[in-house]
Amino acid sequence: MDRLKIGGLDLTNRVFVGSGKFPNNSLIPQILTALQAQVITVAVRRFDFNNPVENILSYIPKDIKIMPNTSGARNAKEAVTIARLAREAVNSNLVKIEIINDNKYLLPDNYETARACEILSKENFDVFTYMNADLPSARDMKNAGAAAIMPLGSPIGTNRGLETQAMIKILIEEIDTPIIVDAGIGKPSDACQCMEMGCAAVMINTAISSSQNPVLMAEAFRDGVLAGRKAFLAKLGNVSHAARASSPLTNFLQDGESK
Amino acid sequence: MSFLEIKRSYDNFDFDSFSKSVDADEIKKILALPKISELQFLSLLTPAALPFLEDMATKARSISIKHFGKSIVLFAPLYVSNFCINNCAYCGFSTRNNIERKILSFEEVEENAKIVAGFGIRHILLLTSENPLKTPIEYLGKCVEILKKHFDAVDIEVYPLKENEYKELARCGADGITIFQETYDEALYKTLHTKGPKSNYEFRLQTLERAGTMKYRNLNLGALLGLGDFSKEVFFAGLHAKYLQQNFPSSDVGISFPRIREAEGGYQPNTIISDAMLVEAMCAVRLFINRIGITISTRENNQLRKNLIPLGVTKMSAASNTQVGGYAKQNNTKGQFEISDGSTVDEIKKMIYQKGYQPIMKDWQPL
Repeated sequence: MDRLKIGGLDLTNRVFVGSGKFPNNSLIPQILTALQAQVITVAVRRFDFNNPVENILSYIPKDIKIMPNTSGARNAKEAVTIARLAREAVNSNLVKIEIINDNKYLLPDNYETARACEILSKENFDVFTYMNADLPSARDMKNAGAAAIMPLGSPIGTNRGLETQAMIKILIEEIDTPIIVDAGIGKPSDACQCMEMGCAAVMINTAISSSQNPVLMAEAFRDGVLAGRKAFLAKLGNVSHAARASSPLTNFLQDGESK
Repeated sequence: MSFLEIKRSYDNFDFDSFSKSVDADEIKKILALPKISELQFLSLLTPAALPFLEDMATKARSISIKHFGKSIVLFAPLYVSNFCINNCAYCGFSTRNNIERKILSFEEVEENAKIVAGFGIRHILLLTSENPLKTPIEYLGKCVEILKKHFDAVDIEVYPLKENEYKELARCGADGITIFQETYDEALYKTLHTKGPKSNYEFRLQTLERAGTMKYRNLNLGALLGLGDFSKEVFFAGLHAKYLQQNFPSSDVGISFPRIREAEGGYQPNTIISDAMLVEAMCAVRLFINRIGITISTRENNQLRKNLIPLGVTKMSAASNTQVGGYAKQNNTKGQFEISDGSTVDEIKKMIYQKGYQPIMKDWQPL
């Protein structure tokens, strides 16, 4: 069975789902079922223990792993504080570091992310790092103890797909920590492409939540990820730019040895 | 460069001729673009864009959902004082008005905070009128500290402060600053604010730059619609927001579109801003700055607020009371303006759910 062992998790499914943009928290269980997802990320900023109806955690089935994220953190110090609050709140070492100091494009700050990763790894967190697809930064995060590197496919929320594909390929080739594409995936075919390339998993939110039928779209993503993963395991055939029905330059070799 | 210089670079711009030059073909062309320039933004604020409101709204809705999802953050205002040394012609708290004045004691601030928190509200906006002797920075700081015990996020909408004063309020726990320029028209501004510290147009215009320098998480601005020319006011408010976003990227920038309501003093607005114009303003700003918070307050009635939700609103006030300390007990003080939506928090939440959106009570975690 194809399993993903990552950050203390042992998963049979390779889609992580975000929780921030749905019209109603009650949709969350349906989305999880449709995706067959086993991990959901939740912003600590929206944990609301005073109010069970508003508290997003109340809607997450017990068998689903909750990965708190540090959304809203602008530097390593804030991210570390949020991660510690999250561990207290959900009794889990999982954390996804999101450090954003640019509220226009929401691009992550790789330097601060690597710093936070180093601190939290030493505190035995299983750290997933949301980052700009950049090899030296990914190495820093890996060396700082990251359980997985989560490069963006394109700016978050844009549904623009794999605009950083070339950089993500480099990360897959060079970094032996799992690569999970996070942000920008707009279509199931984008997710499929990530998996064909060799990503360990993908993370989806906006593409599902902004769809007119989020549950159906979640099913489509489930299928896209499965197809891409199977293709990766089966090994894609070589790509040729010219038809190769025959070999005009070497056909004579078939005629037997020259005399 | 300060926004003041950007604003003044338009001093000799002929807005009337520009407005007359915009036609339907130009609007269609702009609506097909993925990004729009400053002058294309201005074009969307002219009467030529009014027949295209549905197209603008469709696009604004799609951009808003991509950036913010289907969620609306709720907050409530808390007025702690109506002592004022300004004479704004349009404001119920103006020094010209012979109204009962009140300032909340710290016990009363806490009493009101408990009541508002009891509604389920987690984000609060602290407001005062301008009187640094009655509500000095020490008083405001203590109010913030009290509110921080009861709420996850505390924004403040008080008179313009100096950088070191913003630093002090941030230390006390304030998360964001809201300040309306009232009007970006400098000449008109001077006729409406003839006395008191508020007569200083430049100091007010640069308020959010001082707050941004002090790293506030939220910077919110707006023009009081109805005072000056509609297109110009929204145009400059949009440019101001864009300037703040570019210069203070770690802050979330938000905009409000308050329309003048009836208040003590009987001021009559120069321009009546129709619902269509309000929609035009909201959508044009969304198309110009894709990622910007948009707040609609209880100045607007419940039905309109409900209809505006899918057009890109990200924040709404709820259960508002504009009387000083009006949550704890009704008193004889007048509110700053008349509230049009007196719905309870639960009613507002229900209305948001009915529109297919999720009310968010908590969107920040005190660190």
